[in-house]
Amino acid sequence: MNASTSRRALLVLYTALVFVFIFAPIVSTVVFSFNADRFPSLPWGGFSLQWYEAIFADASIQRGLANSLIVAVATSAIATFLGFAAAYVDYRYRFFGKMAYISIVALPPTVPVVILGVAMLTFEGRIGLSGTLTGITVGHVVLAAPFAMALVRMRLADLDPDIERAAWNLGATPWATITGVVIPFCLPAIFASVFLTAAVSFDEFMIAWFVSGVNETLPVRVLAMLQGQVSPRINAIGALVFAVSMTLVVAAQMLLGRGGRRNAKEA
Amino acid sequence: MTGATAAPMLEIDRVAKRYGETVAVADVSFTIEKGEFIALMGPSGCGKTTTLRMIAGLDVPSDGEIRLWGRRINEDAPWEREAPLVWQNYALFPFLSVVKNVEFGLKQRGLPAAERRRKAMEWMERLGIAGFADRGVDQLSGGQRQRVALARALALEPEMLLLDEPLSALDPHLRVRMQSELVRLHRELGITFVCVTHSHSEAFAMADRVVIMSEGRVQQIGAPREIYRRASNRFVAEFVGGNNLFSGTASGAGEGMVRVDGPFGSALAPRPTDVEILDGQAVTLVVAADRIDLAAAPSGAGNEVEARVVTLEFVGSSVTVFLETTGGAELRVQRSLHQIENTPLSPGQAVFARWAQAEGFFLPA
Repeated sequence: MNASTSRRALLVLYTALVFVFIFAPIVSTVVFSFNADRFPSLPWGGFSLQWYEAIFADASIQRGLANSLIVAVATSAIATFLGFAAAYVDYRYRFFGKMAYISIVALPPTVPVVILGVAMLTFEGRIGLSGTLTGITVGHVVLAAPFAMALVRMRLADLDPDIERAAWNLGATPWATITGVVIPFCLPAIFASVFLTAAVSFDEFMIAWFVSGVNETLPVRVLAMLQGQVSPRINAIGALVFAVSMTLVVAAQMLLGRGGRRNAKEA
Repeated sequence: MTGATAAPMLEIDRVAKRYGETVAVADVSFTIEKGEFIALMGPSGCGKTTTLRMIAGLDVPSDGEIRLWGRRINEDAPWEREAPLVWQNYALFPFLSVVKNVEFGLKQRGLPAAERRRKAMEWMERLGIAGFADRGVDQLSGGQRQRVALARALALEPEMLLLDEPLSALDPHLRVRMQSELVRLHRELGITFVCVTHSHSEAFAMADRVVIMSEGRVQQIGAPREIYRRASNRFVAEFVGGNNLFSGTASGAGEGMVRVDGPFGSALAPRPTDVEILDGQAVTLVVAADRIDLAAAPSGAGNEVEARVVTLEFVGSSVTVFLETTGGAELRVQRSLHQIENTPLSPGQAVFARWAQAEGFFLPA
């Protein structure tokens, strides 16, 4: 009895330490982004929003943020569409080489991003996309679409194939069945994919660094700033990026959680 | 049964379905008249569901032709046909409310929202589920889902309704109620019902005609009574249950009769008109279990064999008595509970099993 209580306490402590270890840098970034002092050291120099004011006044950061948002929104829309299409093909059809098809679609995240970035730069340089937001978006779609596919595929695994056939049987054409049955059923996964792929793009540094040229996204801008000087403004940007990414990921999780609970009830 | 004056509504003409090496349907032919209640019955894997799916257009025949009012429909897409199916697992749309499920087919036809709502409500009223209109389908019981599936199919007002094992997922007491409800609906609507089932009691209780299938082929087609009283082969005689199959040797027994001697004893039966039975030939005599009487003493009339009661099996209001003849053959007799209560039987008791000569018939060799 006593042993199990202490084991439990140890487990809680251990878990807490893991979280501290993971989140300490992020927490310190957020904390020091509100520090009035120029240098991130204790004692705290008092609460201040000056670094936030500074970044919002900085045109290059504003441009970086705008670029990041444009790329994230475009990436999210395109990657989710492609991911859904890839997952539906997998769900609906049986064909020769299907395993290869799925493997290839799922491959990009396993390629080191440096390689992906160099490859994107070489390729896009040839077709004149390098240095454009379109170019960054293309790179991010390659990276994010597999996540979208995985999410939709997970949801489709719960769709009884007879449901689609029942729709045809009631006079729905295949297209009407996709829009009226398959997409509504996959909606939680589709929304989750929208948020998750946006987060992947918003955070992505390496491909953007290779491909962006003068059209820097926010992470690329941050690196450029770090190379020049260590400014507490970095902390403010870091806190903002963290907030945006976390919001997107948590939104995705909540949507998936709701879908999961509903399935559990049906079973 | 309707008269066969006009062309049949649906013709299944030497249809086969193969998946690679696997033969799901080998060679099936039958016709369905307008307004008929047809049951496709057989053990699992006999091809009955594949046949139904081909009628719905969900599978395309590998061979043969399916004709609707004389027109080949083999390749017509399922959404171009009007043969709504009630699925074994209901296949309701889980993200739609009950009324939206029922409206689904009408929406595909482009009916205005108000009209399809009105029609959907009408059918839900009729099937007693109007109160659940705005519920999600996952909040319904199995019996209620079944009704939603029926309403969803019938709302299209089709000339033919397909049912795939419609009762198999229901509780036993609901099954009986739904069975009589389907019969009532069929009578009231006057449309064709094609129902797949593995249960002969369901098929015989509901259908005008039953198509018995096995291993991708039709074994017998006929009215329930006809099949029950005159099984055309051993498979049917055993599958429909309630039959005694006596093997023995034939010999002549005067005008129009055949005598059979075997482990069960000996009996006379009418000589079949369609096949010839030679003296000394091995034959199988079939006698329905509910056509055999049990008595304590021999009466000297009809066929009589001496047997010993082995055990009694009570199912509802009917009782099956298992006996063993003096020759060692198995014999079963079906009685009503009432009859058994009037003349109690106990295991080990010696009795005489008796049936009229006209009740026996022969299976083709």
